[in-house]
Amino acid sequence: MKALAKWIADGTPWVWLNAAAVSACILLVVGLLILIGVRGISHFWPLEVQEIVYQQADGSELVVAGQIREVESVTAARLRESGVEVAQGSEHVTRYLLKTGNRDIIGQDFRWILKPSIKSTSTPRSMAVFEREEWGVFIGRLIGVREAGQLLDGADTWGDFQIRLDRANGLRDEIRDLEKGRIGSVNYRLERLRLKQRGLELDGKDDPASLAAIEADRQLLQQEYNELELELGRLYTELQRDAIVVNTVDGQELELSMSSIIDAHRPNQMNLADKSGYFLHNLWKFVANDPREANTEGGIFPAIFGTVLMVMLMSVFVTPLGVVAAIYLKEYARQGLFTRFIRIAVNNLAGVPSIVYGVFGLGFFVYTLGGSLDRLFYPEALPAPTFGTGGLLWASLTLALLTLPVVIVSTEEGLSRIPRSIREGSLALGATKWETLWRTVLPMASPGIMTGLILAVARAAGEVAPLMLVGVVKLAPALPLDGNAPFLHLDRKFMHLGFHIYDVGFQSPNVEAARPLVYATALLLVVVIVLLNLVAIQVRSRLSERYRGLES
Amino acid sequence: MKEQDKLTSEKGLNKQLPHPTAVTVTDLDLYYGKTRALNEINMIIPEKQVTAFIGPSGCGKSTLLRCFNRLNDLIDICRIEGEILLNGRDIYADDVNVPELRREVGIVFQKPNPFPKSIYENVAYGLRIQGMNKRRQLDETVEWALKGAALWDEVKDRLNDSAFGLSGGQQQRLVIARAIAVQPKCILLDEPCSALDPISTLKVEELIAELKSQYTIIMVTHNMQQAARVSDYTAFMYMGELIEFGATDQIFTKPHLKKTEDYITGRYG
Repeated sequence: MKALAKWIADGTPWVWLNAAAVSACILLVVGLLILIGVRGISHFWPLEVQEIVYQQADGSELVVAGQIREVESVTAARLRESGVEVAQGSEHVTRYLLKTGNRDIIGQDFRWILKPSIKSTSTPRSMAVFEREEWGVFIGRLIGVREAGQLLDGADTWGDFQIRLDRANGLRDEIRDLEKGRIGSVNYRLERLRLKQRGLELDGKDDPASLAAIEADRQLLQQEYNELELELGRLYTELQRDAIVVNTVDGQELELSMSSIIDAHRPNQMNLADKSGYFLHNLWKFVANDPREANTEGGIFPAIFGTVLMVMLMSVFVTPLGVVAAIYLKEYARQGLFTRFIRIAVNNLAGVPSIVYGVFGLGFFVYTLGGSLDRLFYPEALPAPTFGTGGLLWASLTLALLTLPVVIVSTEEGLSRIPRSIREGSLALGATKWETLWRTVLPMASPGIMTGLILAVARAAGEVAPLMLVGVVKLAPALPLDGNAPFLHLDRKFMHLGFHIYDVGFQSPNVEAARPLVYATALLLVVVIVLLNLVAIQVRSRLSERYRGLES
Repeated sequence: MKEQDKLTSEKGLNKQLPHPTAVTVTDLDLYYGKTRALNEINMIIPEKQVTAFIGPSGCGKSTLLRCFNRLNDLIDICRIEGEILLNGRDIYADDVNVPELRREVGIVFQKPNPFPKSIYENVAYGLRIQGMNKRRQLDETVEWALKGAALWDEVKDRLNDSAFGLSGGQQQRLVIARAIAVQPKCILLDEPCSALDPISTLKVEELIAELKSQYTIIMVTHNMQQAARVSDYTAFMYMGELIEFGATDQIFTKPHLKKTEDYITGRYG
């Protein structure tokens, strides 16, 4: 009894409790990262294609080929309830989720296969996986390659195919550059011209001379457009020159145009090094490419870009505003009931649910401010809104508002950490209060400001709810930053990783295909936030290194 | 002068100072909120001499010192009545440019407070604020100030290093250099040696003795030996009042008042 009392009195249980709490936190964080990491990353690993002879419920045999994506154990009772016959005596049945691809032929990408019904499996080396522009992947064998309708009779069919695949990819790059670059630019200028003409009409200045000038410009652009379109048509014809002949595992033969094929690999022939290489290749494509097929295929580059750009703009808005507000509150305002009230209000602002900011952003920024801006400066575009609809600017401003309290509070903390002797030293040398702030206090408070910014970035990058109301969309036609003046298009809608997760996870028509993407996108969102934070932390540690010695 | 004679004689300084006057304090009261921290202070501080304020903790020495460059303005609840004349000008008049005044009256605190900048930039700080931007002029003035503070030989090879790398005594002399760089008329020292070791203290004391040829120096000290060693005039304060003010020799050898004698001989305080 005494020993127990002593054990309690010397604080050992307390230490254990603390250690347990810390361990629990670490476990949770690490577990979370491992879960989304493994589930997200494994999606990019090239799995072997299994050819399976499968006995169907009616006794007939079926040959299927695909990659086993998931293995799970279900109770026999559940299967029986859903009408599947299961041999008596077995409690549990293992089943596989097979990605068969060939949605255009079979009607679905995935199918469940019961282990007891499998008669045999093999991994034929010739099985290939073709990634296509639409209809998901095709899994089957390559039989021949056609160039301009002629079947090639080379010995190395796969090699021939690879050469044509590279050529097609080159052409596709050219087409994309042409469409997004020059044709996009011409279209943009045409639209500007239309708006200019409409503007002149609205102002009553549409005299024949200026209209003629506009018409001349338009003719020039139209001519340019026609040339580009010719070029584009030529590229498309080129792209459609080749085709491949493939057959499915059950013997159907079909022809796929080279224009529809993006990538191909034969996982059953790959060794570990090949697979690792292909894995990295896949990962890179995911990070660097545009999404396809309602976001269930392809990459998420626009979402990464949108997220980062939005966070940066948000920082640009929130930092000066928050710092200036904090300086006033801390340095200039007379401390009293009023400043206390403001502080309470600011702190409460940090606790307001983010969707409320979204509603405010929509009501105030988008409709009121944006609507007025449109009426004042963009009347020629009406009734199509320019700033009167959600966009990058309003999303950044809404998030800036959302994170403002964090910046104010940490800046105030940073300011109050600066010893009085430093301020007095500066004042005693004849500096005014402003000079003291600018030359000494603010630089010394900059690590505190950075802390606020780090917290703000972390919060803003992960926010989804308010963004859905003020400018984030499922699929944005163009990036908010491009080569057309004024380069940064604040009025454009954009994509965002957080919203992308929601969209792919819950709005997708192809659930099985989308699931790994949800994890992969989530992982990427975490990585983006960590990277943004690391940059900010790096800056902060530089600053505090420079102004170290203050804490003493 | 008659008025002043009367004032000084009341507080024990009964003969006319043999030096020109730098600061004249008349009927100075200072309140922190409702508490009166300084009570009816009257004194005349001579030019280019070292004047020391002694007295027990909390007697108002530092408060009085900080009145001379209006650093007390920073405290919201602080209120001042009475008059302080610096070279004949009332420093609490409405038309006084406070930054200008503080440039004329430098101050050095108890704990060295270098800015988180290089040694050079610390000294150049006040000059830059005055708008001095020419590199050569800055270089010259920084060198002159560091020499004036007897620090030049120790730091001339590492002017661009952080000031935090200096020892406490060097930092204190750097702060003094920073103060004299803007060429003030008067330097206030608020217990400048209390955070220093004996050798650094000696160096700073030697420096004070040198500086007094050019500047009026007013210092607060806890250390009575230091007051006796360094100062020409000594003021003894107690409970917010100026008890006795006179030449240091006289205060330490034959004080007029019993209170002063008791304090100096260590009977209270």
